[in-house]
Amino acid sequence: MGVVLGFMVVVAAVAGWWLSRQRLTAKPWLEVGVIGDTAPPSAPATAKLGLGTFLVVASSLFALLISAYSMRMAMADWRALPMPAVLWFSTGLLMLASLALHIAVVAARCDELGHLRSSLLAAGLCSLAFLAAQLQAWRELAAAGYFSAANPASAFFYLVTAIHGAHMLGGLVALGRTSARAFALPREPGAKALGGITLSVELCAIYWHFLLLVWLVLFSLLMRWTDELIEICRGLLT
Amino acid sequence: MVDVMHGTPEPLSAAETDDVELYHPKSWVTKYVFSQDAKIIAIQYATVALAIGLVALVLSWLMRLQLGFPGVFSFIDPDRYYQLITMHGMIMVVYLLTALFLGGFGNYLIPLMLGARDMVFPYVNMLSFWIYFLAVLVLVTGFFLPGGPTGAGWTLYPPQAILSNTPGQQWGIIVMLVSLILFIIGFTMGGLNYVVTVLQGRARGMTLMRMPLTIWGIFTATVMALLAFPALFVGAVMMLLDRLIGTSFFMPAIVAMGERLAYKGGSPILFQHLFWFFGHPEVYIVALPAFGIVSDLISTHARKNIFGYRMMVWALVAIGALSFVVWAHHMYVSGMHPSFGFFFATTTLIIAIPTAIKVYNWVLTLWRGDIHFTVPMLFALGFIVTFVNGGLTGLFLGNVVVDVPLSDTMFVVAHFHMVMGVAPILVIFGAIYHWYPKVTGHMLDDRLGKLHFWVTFLGAYLIFFPMHYIGLMGVPRRYHEIGEMAFVPPSAATLNEFITVVALIVGAAQLVFLFNLIWSIRRGRPAGGNPWRATTLEWQTPQTPPAHGNWGKTLPVVYRWAYDYSVPGAAEDFLPQNQPPTPRTG
Repeated sequence: MGVVLGFMVVVAAVAGWWLSRQRLTAKPWLEVGVIGDTAPPSAPATAKLGLGTFLVVASSLFALLISAYSMRMAMADWRALPMPAVLWFSTGLLMLASLALHIAVVAARCDELGHLRSSLLAAGLCSLAFLAAQLQAWRELAAAGYFSAANPASAFFYLVTAIHGAHMLGGLVALGRTSARAFALPREPGAKALGGITLSVELCAIYWHFLLLVWLVLFSLLMRWTDELIEICRGLLT
Repeated sequence: MVDVMHGTPEPLSAAETDDVELYHPKSWVTKYVFSQDAKIIAIQYATVALAIGLVALVLSWLMRLQLGFPGVFSFIDPDRYYQLITMHGMIMVVYLLTALFLGGFGNYLIPLMLGARDMVFPYVNMLSFWIYFLAVLVLVTGFFLPGGPTGAGWTLYPPQAILSNTPGQQWGIIVMLVSLILFIIGFTMGGLNYVVTVLQGRARGMTLMRMPLTIWGIFTATVMALLAFPALFVGAVMMLLDRLIGTSFFMPAIVAMGERLAYKGGSPILFQHLFWFFGHPEVYIVALPAFGIVSDLISTHARKNIFGYRMMVWALVAIGALSFVVWAHHMYVSGMHPSFGFFFATTTLIIAIPTAIKVYNWVLTLWRGDIHFTVPMLFALGFIVTFVNGGLTGLFLGNVVVDVPLSDTMFVVAHFHMVMGVAPILVIFGAIYHWYPKVTGHMLDDRLGKLHFWVTFLGAYLIFFPMHYIGLMGVPRRYHEIGEMAFVPPSAATLNEFITVVALIVGAAQLVFLFNLIWSIRRGRPAGGNPWRATTLEWQTPQTPPAHGNWGKTLPVVYRWAYDYSVPGAAEDFLPQNQPPTPRTG
């Protein structure tokens, strides 16, 4: 459970830092009158905070999965899996999708509708291709006789990739709706029309960067690059 | 009191508070069924939670009948008994307490107490309720499927939870896990709303340190729940896979009923870690909103500001943080490195410090207060006593050497029922008596309320005090029937009969409450806008019950903290949070 404790320490540190800036030492019983911010929070800030909170929850989920995975790896009968090479390909695809969404954000901010549409489309296609590549990895492992129940390592492999993929499917719904809105816009939109869509594109981009980050962590774990790191942490804890 | 002015004290004009875009329902269905109004969602959550809670109450009656009069009720066989235990525990902890405190009170009070028109994501909020409702329905189907609901105990420990000789192994465990997964998805949707609304939806002037402690409690508990529920989610998904497609996440190589099963190499301890990483914070997810609500009840009904507000806030946050590093105290007897036991015992006992600070502050708030023994106040006082009682036995159990002999005895059952069963339920009742007038515009009947309080409060003690004693004698929990044992004197059986009779009476007293709830909707005494003469914003709405959008044309502006009771020199003994300061002359 070291991984999840580490994650909790990070969350606690951020929460503590934030709380330390909230005047928690104020003496509210002595203060009468209007204090605090005068401007109400903007809608984009609220939406981003909502997504940010969700990403913390999702990170907690993945931290727990990784905790469980590393605890299981420490047991004597752990047999590592041969990782299908297609995972490298899918990692590249996810990076491209993330990059495309970054370009989409820039395009939306510059009111370039054409670029926005093409980069949203590219991000969607790369993401679908990523999911297809993950499926291919599943099939290769199954064909090699590693289907889930046979070996705890493969059970974990299927579980973490499935949960990551499920998160991407959810994101694809949002991306699909955003793209539909982008393609429904008239050819020469006013600056206002694009303004409404910029927020959605930004939210998609944040989510995809998060998915990429999580995948890179999971990938390095599955490829056993982090074994030594885990050993060091375990040594520190015991 | 010294007025320290920050900014201008003049009341703000209406134009300065801009109107928020609000979803407006167009038909009866979108207004009352698929409503996006947090107040309606709160009532929906509360109704479903109370309804399923009644089911769990009946289950506890059946259990008590078996324990008090073993062998008399032949339909309660060992399998049935395990199913009763499991469903009672799970329903009470997750589907009643968590849902009612956060989904019910959270939805109703967060926007109103903070001066917001609604939650920030109303559509997601609506989905949250309907997924919760679906989770409850899935849970209930367990009673009707072949084999009945699962009998694995509310902790659902593998391997026994999915072995063939455990009742409900066929379908019960599956619907239980699916229902939990749904509950967590639904809760996450609601929880995001509660957190972001507290952070972004507050009225002008409502700084964090001016929020009522109710909101602090709900907010802290929601943050904890958002971080802790994923552990149960992961555990439930993995166990579901073990059960359905034969993976071995938690299932070791095992021989069951003389047959070697296909499982190999899973770790049951891994599940315990995941479960209690959720399970212990869950205790405080239920307790922190109760702490917050009780602070507000005591302050309002003792007409005195809360003592040590800042300390109360810090203690809430500290308890929330500490509760994540104590989970393994539920696993002392699972086998662990001795220094781990020491670590978890220490963290467990440290939680007593912020908790004790809160208890002292409640007592000091009462000291020289103008105490009104209203029904909400009675329940709040009942909570303090009960919580202290349950907390003290927690200090026993937190120590490894004391826990080991007491583990799995009725002492543990008595402890956790006092501290996280009776105590939060008393707060829920108190809170319902307190806020019901705002929700319906009518008061609950006072005499019935007092009857309900005294029977419930005294009854709870008559049930659980003897149970501690039975536990100290060594009577194990989770036993369908203990039969004749050398170390258990015959008086234990008499005590068990006594407990059962009281439990039936206390259960029946809840029907009085239920009657009161329904009868008073129309027949109760009209309440007016602010019957308790309270300071917080929800009592200052232009209409009672609050209309859609809560605040009419303009949002309230907050000028003071939530506890200006009996301020010297003020005309009334309370100053609402939105009352502007009187401009100083000279």
